[in-house]
Amino acid sequence: MITRLNVASIYVLDKEEALDFYVNKLGLEVGNDVRQGDYRWLTVRVPGGPETEISLEQPGPPLHDEATAAQLRELITKGALGGLVFITDDARGLYETLKARGVTDFTQEPTDHFYGTDMGLRDPFGNPIRILQQGKVAQPVTA
Amino acid sequence: MSLEVEDLNRRLLRARDAMDRAYAEPLDVRSVAAVAFVSEAHFIRTFRAVFGETPHRYLQRRRVERSMFLLRETDRSVTDVCLDVGFTSLGTFSRMFREIVGETPSGYRMGHGPIVAPNCVQLAAMRPRVGYGEEMRSSSFGEAAGAAAP
Repeated sequence: MITRLNVASIYVLDKEEALDFYVNKLGLEVGNDVRQGDYRWLTVRVPGGPETEISLEQPGPPLHDEATAAQLRELITKGALGGLVFITDDARGLYETLKARGVTDFTQEPTDHFYGTDMGLRDPFGNPIRILQQGKVAQPVTA
Repeated sequence: MSLEVEDLNRRLLRARDAMDRAYAEPLDVRSVAAVAFVSEAHFIRTFRAVFGETPHRYLQRRRVERSMFLLRETDRSVTDVCLDVGFTSLGTFSRMFREIVGETPSGYRMGHGPIVAPNCVQLAAMRPRVGYGEEMRSSSFGEAAGAAAP
């Protein structure tokens, strides 16, 4: 049987810019940063959570021909590709921290739901990120 | 060339996100286009090319989706729901709802209860699809002329 999720990948337009966002803004830590020729194996992960790494992949050769890479870049920037969902212990505190670090692309401010409090943002390229603080919130439902 | 496309897509997505965030407020196409740093006419044309529908239609569908959510999850009156999601006229809301969903707001409420799925999933996946032989209509969002252009 499968015992855990080891690596998940997302596409980014630029690995260096992605590294700055995911580590310096969002607060993740670098996992692997290994160069082999032109290729850079770059992963980030939740601090203290080495179980799962997020591989930051840039469309292009040798994975993709240029036409395919261009299609992927278009899809990334129109927000059509999948994203990431993280867990936090303090959604509202994190929201303020992210704002202070200069994050502006919020898709949703912290909002209470029956399953907890969540918020949404996008990485610099358009990938959606959700951050959830789990737990019941005794608040009336709002849109 | 490619970089231009990506940059425009990203700015249009930012404008679309602004509509998703502020659907309950009175929005005009000029202010939403400003988020993408493009003119109104260019915004309407490129938004439709990139996302497959006009910004006005996207916003109406978002508002209707949020009204469907409130009709399912709360016991607020249809009038309150209409105002909650950014419509200013009950007549427009009811007509738009029927056109997009295929039944009246109160009829929809009778047939549907709460859905146990995270709000982000509902936002992303439950915005009603294009259908029912829709046509673009003039609107206070102010893109009727642009929407009619090829």
